[in-house]
Amino acid sequence: MTRANAVALLGPVALLGLVGLVGSFMTVSRALEFTNALVFAAIVVALYVFVGNSGVLSFGQIGFFIVGAYAAGEMTVPADVKQSVLPQVFSIIRDHTLGNAGSLALAAAIGALYALLVGIPLMRLSGLAAGIATFAVLEITQNIVRNWEKIGPGPLTLSTVPETTELWQATVGASAVACGAFMYQRSAFGRKLRAAREDPFAAQAAGIDIHRQRLWAFVLSGALSGFAGGLFVHYQGTINVQDVFLDFTFLSLAMLVVGGVGSLWGAVVGALLVSGLDSFLSDAENDSVSWFHAPDGTRLVVVAAFMAVVVVFLPRGLTGGRELSLPSLLRRRHASPQAAGTPRR
Amino acid sequence: MSTIQTLIDATATGSVYALMAVGIGLVFGVLRLVNFAYGQLVMAGAYALALTNDLNPAVSILVCFAVVIGLTMTLDLVAFRPLRRASPATMLVATFAISFLLQSIATLKLGVLGKTVGTLTGLNGPIGHGTLIVRWIWLVAIVVAAVTLALLLLLLNRTSLGLHMRAAATDFRTARLLGIRANAVISLAVLLSGVLAAVVAIVMTVETSYVTADYALRDTIIVLVGVVVGGIDRLWSATLGGFAIGFAKGALDGFLPSTGSWPFTSGVYLDSAIFALVILVLLVRPDGLFVRRRQRAVERV
Repeated sequence: MTRANAVALLGPVALLGLVGLVGSFMTVSRALEFTNALVFAAIVVALYVFVGNSGVLSFGQIGFFIVGAYAAGEMTVPADVKQSVLPQVFSIIRDHTLGNAGSLALAAAIGALYALLVGIPLMRLSGLAAGIATFAVLEITQNIVRNWEKIGPGPLTLSTVPETTELWQATVGASAVACGAFMYQRSAFGRKLRAAREDPFAAQAAGIDIHRQRLWAFVLSGALSGFAGGLFVHYQGTINVQDVFLDFTFLSLAMLVVGGVGSLWGAVVGALLVSGLDSFLSDAENDSVSWFHAPDGTRLVVVAAFMAVVVVFLPRGLTGGRELSLPSLLRRRHASPQAAGTPRR
Repeated sequence: MSTIQTLIDATATGSVYALMAVGIGLVFGVLRLVNFAYGQLVMAGAYALALTNDLNPAVSILVCFAVVIGLTMTLDLVAFRPLRRASPATMLVATFAISFLLQSIATLKLGVLGKTVGTLTGLNGPIGHGTLIVRWIWLVAIVVAAVTLALLLLLLNRTSLGLHMRAAATDFRTARLLGIRANAVISLAVLLSGVLAAVVAIVMTVETSYVTADYALRDTIIVLVGVVVGGIDRLWSATLGGFAIGFAKGALDGFLPSTGSWPFTSGVYLDSAIFALVILVLLVRPDGLFVRRRQRAVERV
């Protein structure tokens, strides 16, 4: 691994580790906020693996996230409680129980499988049509999860899920997702997909099968999304499909765009920054910040305004869609022009 | 409910959605911008109507137009202009952030509980006394949608102003080099979409008079989907798409059986049915249901 590669990988992972480390010195309630930020980093990086590398907008990942979260949640509800919490589900769900690690693996596997099934037909689309089709997948997913009581609690909240995503599990989990994303984008698959993003015609002429490359990224992103869903449900202890629907979808997309769609560094920075701001303001509203009090409702307005301002004035995001690199930190003037992304018309 | 009544209801939903689709399609055509915040423009108009209930309806409607147009032009200045050359994904997230911002401001300032609009409630009454219910407002919606679409198509295709708009939409820089005041004509198109949003607010509040911060949000999302399914590159196909998805929603709502076992358990799977149709149509005709030729095999995002 070259030095540039090492910095580009170690930067995001070190930042995630730092957040985990700082969180471990905090009070219990503060530490929960750090855990929350790390779980969001996992989902945003999962989103980045597809959206960032392919340049195609997708809402489907939140659908895989929901499915992963429910799968991990339902399989870890203690067996004696499950009969009363989920009386109507299929016996295969009702009669089996998994541990923490097993449920996370299951969430990732189900996310990948679902992404594969959906991706085979849908990855032929691009542009707005792809965005809308994946949005339709999200809508169908949430509609079925909310209403079909054979696969879950339906419109009710799934509770009594063991809260096993402690600070360290969130740190390790988010770092693992970031490593997966990094390894993918440096692999031949990732490079082919990024080439297709920059110039689809040239990429096709060079023999790249865009459909297949997109599908691989979609499946990996689906696995990571499902895994993030598992982390999420074990962090919250409860889940209701209403709470992880539209607002949640756009919040995570906005985190990605705020940080910078084009880079792993951007995904991590965006997620940590926006969820940090969100937690800080909600603390300030509840008077738990000693030096600053915010009136009720400030949080939503400020977070939305922050996202709007960043997106409008820095359309490439805070990181400009670049990976973290030492030369650009030390000698800003010599930053390579290619790193800035596609020259547009 | 009889079949004919279901079809009438579906047409009514379709025509309101078509009206929204005209405004969304116009902004997309000129700015290449998927305006997620369109629903919040309608919401602002609806609140303007609800807060001026005590005034004369004519004044109330004027206030509604003023508020929506003012808000639209502000958005154009502070958000749409700087974004003119950004990618569609960035623009979508930007308009989402703006819509989120407007929603939270509305919740903060006007409260969580909604307000009720009392303007023009007479139009919600049925025409005649037959067994089939046709509301006046449905006729209004259909006529307004058809007339505005026709006028806009005339403007875009038959006047030099429309030519300027299309030129500015196709290639902003070259249009300016050729002496077109591109910023001005684009702003004019945005202004027109604002006028349409105000009209939508007036029409929608007649039937759905309870206004909250997320008023028209769900409808905007469905219309956006419909517009892309119809074919967002042409104004008329976008409008037809809006109508089609409204019609499909209304018709499926009426025709889906209300009893039976999964997957036929009543309307709770209505959304799944509609969005499954959306996926099917997009797979068969990615450029739009009502667009004839296939333009590009792979599109730049």
